Amino acid sequence: MPSNSIARGVRRVGNGTIRAISRAGFAARFFLAVLYHSPAAFHRLQLTAREIYFAGVLSLVVIMVSGLFVGMVLGLQGYDALNKYGAGDSLGIFVGLSLVRELGPVVAGLLFASRAGSAVTAEIGLMKTTEQLSAMEMMAVDPLARIVAPRFWGGVIAMPLLAALFSVMGVFGAYLVGVRLIGVDNGTFWGNMQAGIEFWPDVTNGIIKSVVFGVAVSLIAVFEGYDANPTAEGVSAATTRTVVGGSLAILALDFVLTVFMFRGLGTV
Amino acid sequence: MNKATMDLWVGIFVTIGLGAIVFLALKVGNLMSLETKPSYRLEANFDNIGGLKLRAPVKAAGVIVGRVEGVRLDPKTYEAVVAVRIDNGYQFSKDTIASILTSGLLGEVYIGLEAGGDPAMLADGQRIAKTQSAVVIEKLISQFLFDKASSGAPAK
Repeated sequence: MPSNSIARGVRRVGNGTIRAISRAGFAARFFLAVLYHSPAAFHRLQLTAREIYFAGVLSLVVIMVSGLFVGMVLGLQGYDALNKYGAGDSLGIFVGLSLVRELGPVVAGLLFASRAGSAVTAEIGLMKTTEQLSAMEMMAVDPLARIVAPRFWGGVIAMPLLAALFSVMGVFGAYLVGVRLIGVDNGTFWGNMQAGIEFWPDVTNGIIKSVVFGVAVSLIAVFEGYDANPTAEGVSAATTRTVVGGSLAILALDFVLTVFMFRGLGTV
Repeated sequence: MNKATMDLWVGIFVTIGLGAIVFLALKVGNLMSLETKPSYRLEANFDNIGGLKLRAPVKAAGVIVGRVEGVRLDPKTYEAVVAVRIDNGYQFSKDTIASILTSGLLGEVYIGLEAGGDPAMLADGQRIAKTQSAVVIEKLISQFLFDKASSGAPAK
């Protein structure tokens, strides 16, 4: 029956749309609730410090090693491309600008979403599955204040620091390859970088980006965990959604932020 | 893991993270040399500023003495008005010539100042009277070709 299958298709699309919109509404309400309960996260700093440890300290190794390798690759590729135009001396500014403006916040954010965000989602999802969240509510402990808000703020605080570390390791990697290996002059490398990169707006815009990514990824991670179906399958699907949704959110937000930040440069 | 060790690690993490931001600010972004010195403002009119950008350097004898602060078009004279900030440590005479120069063929565009002999010095908010506009390469080439053509024609 073709008309029947068409109706079923329309119904499925409509159902999916309504569910997506209501999920977005729930996410917005959830975000406000997390903000409302945030003072609790700072009132009991020990809880937030614990989450900074899990989100930040344990991500240190992967962030620093990736930063080093990304910087070394940038050094090699950048020098190869720039040297064709006799501009190999501009390696410092090329590497510095790409890392500080884009690669630092974005790649660190992607790594953060898969390394820390997925762990937070799985943890909260499992707590929900094993009914620990309901048990807390029963004991008049609000899980939003006790569980969700510290994890959210732990991620928001850790993310800019990780992005800055990523950029620094990248610059160091490019220095190793460019100056030590290829033989770009040490003074030219740093001098060009300092002449071409300003604290305001280049470095500060990178920091703003990493803070925004930290908020987005942490919110997605705690929301997906809190919203997960309380089954083994549901937790696994929620973890996947955190990594996929978090990564897409970072890349999309990066485009939007870049449009706003670098639009007016060069004119009054 | 007990609380004390965890606190220690969080402390280390936050410290090196903030250290990284400071490194980016000082070593990469060169914050120290930016607007820490007191400065004064001068203006100059140009017929054409070429590719001059905000924050482009202002140099005297090749030494950076300030930065371009703003560029706008005078609606009456249709000239470009460039505002520059000069470090307080440098004074320039009233008959200083400001010209828009390019370092190398495709390099950055900057403002070059050439001091004159007038004993009176330019003060905050004053205008540099003598200016020289940017050399637009396309105009130069077309002028060159035009000269060539006109000087070459009678010889034939």
